[in-house]
Amino acid sequence: MKNLSSIVVLCVALLSFSCKEHKETKIVDVAAEYQCPMKCEGEKTYNHSGSCSICKMDLALVMEGTALDVNDMGISDESIFNLTTKWNTEEGKMIVLEDLKGKTLVMVMIYTTCKAACPRLVADMRNIETQIPEKKKKDLRFVFVSIDPETDTPKHLKEFAIENEMDGEQWTFLQGTEMGVREFANVLAVKYKEIAPMDFSHSNIISVFNTEGELMHQQEGLGVNNKETVSKILELIQ
Amino acid sequence: MKLIFRLIICILFFWINHADCQSKMVSIKGGTYIPLYGRDSLQVTIDDFYMDVYPVTNQEYIKFVKENLKWKRSSVKRLFADGNYLMDWKSDTELGTAQSENAPITTISWFAANDYCKCQGKRLPTIDEWEYVAMANKDMADARQLETYNEYILGWYEKPKTFNNKIGSTFKNYWKIYDLHGLVWEWTSDFSSVLVSGESRKDVDNDSNLFCGSAAIGATDLMNYAAFMRYAIRGSLKAKYTMRNLGFRCVKDERINIGK
Repeated sequence: MKNLSSIVVLCVALLSFSCKEHKETKIVDVAAEYQCPMKCEGEKTYNHSGSCSICKMDLALVMEGTALDVNDMGISDESIFNLTTKWNTEEGKMIVLEDLKGKTLVMVMIYTTCKAACPRLVADMRNIETQIPEKKKKDLRFVFVSIDPETDTPKHLKEFAIENEMDGEQWTFLQGTEMGVREFANVLAVKYKEIAPMDFSHSNIISVFNTEGELMHQQEGLGVNNKETVSKILELIQ
Repeated sequence: MKLIFRLIICILFFWINHADCQSKMVSIKGGTYIPLYGRDSLQVTIDDFYMDVYPVTNQEYIKFVKENLKWKRSSVKRLFADGNYLMDWKSDTELGTAQSENAPITTISWFAANDYCKCQGKRLPTIDEWEYVAMANKDMADARQLETYNEYILGWYEKPKTFNNKIGSTFKNYWKIYDLHGLVWEWTSDFSSVLVSGESRKDVDNDSNLFCGSAAIGATDLMNYAAFMRYAIRGSLKAKYTMRNLGFRCVKDERINIGK
């Protein structure tokens, strides 16, 4: 009888086991703002519609109310920190993207055995870096994500960093999993395809994220004028 | 004796339950073929794998949403799905009035499809795997040379609203798989490896500024217009896009009993 009950318990446990997860999210309300179109009360705003107490005109909507979904970690909906995949850095540390929170991020996807476009992309990144004032660099992270996680091991990435004199604090190189890289590329709208072992065809896109991990700017192409990218970065690290 | 009997019933019950929540799969024997867009050697080799017989249905997806709250329409993150995600549903867990439980799920993003398969212990098929199975007709593994094969697919492209049809309403192909053509387009794991921009004017210069090596990839069989359309669609998609005629199905590598 004892056997039977343990079997039943086991069965019930098996049945109820499935792929579930519960994550609490709380809604942070950002109220809409209304204002008298004649500005009878100056810049005074209301958080509800109605009519102006002085001229009786209908209040006009000046700011759309939004309900921002911010989860426990305080990450917004559009943030790349929602990706929970793990990455290895060139220093051999395991991180998640959220560990990069608080810094303005400049990200690009490359692979180190690339002969054609990647050296130019790396040069583009370096070019952007030299235009950033020295004392601002601590607020920035230049991140290279490898699209060839099989070849680009942390050791390999470290060698690449040293070779290209990008071993400083502001440079980070990441090795992910095949699926993690594909997911990340999809967030950046970067396309890539393995056309031969250790040879890939890929989009040349440099992406700029703010400290919250929200995409702010993308520069497409090789050796293009990076004035806009640099001004965007400078604006973000103000 | 009684104990054993009860044990059997219990195990049976478990199996039924298990079979119910795992959609039917059949085995696909691997092989070598030349897809429309291949790698350097043109030929692509596919390993043996298992594929869902039908696309994932609305009913199955409702169950998934109930168990994975982050994929509810009201709580999905904008990073992972655009504003049209499950747009026709009445609420977070109810279908719209015009939708059928056994119709394929559509208006889902790549992220949602990818996570769904992962949760079933499966994965999305690669483009090469999908195309490999999809080049079959009723009785041939590779029917791409047949006029009727291409006519059928192109005929479907002209039919409106096939995404409302029930799964299994098209033909059963050589591999015993249904609905690869005639119902909905389907997500693939590496859809973003298609480097044609889908815009013919752009293709003229191979977008050499944007893509490195894109000129190295060319179409092998320009007669296969239907396949060309599929690649063009894939090339134009972004992972958070959701479309009314874009669904998915899952595959897995080997038949190990998936406890999860």
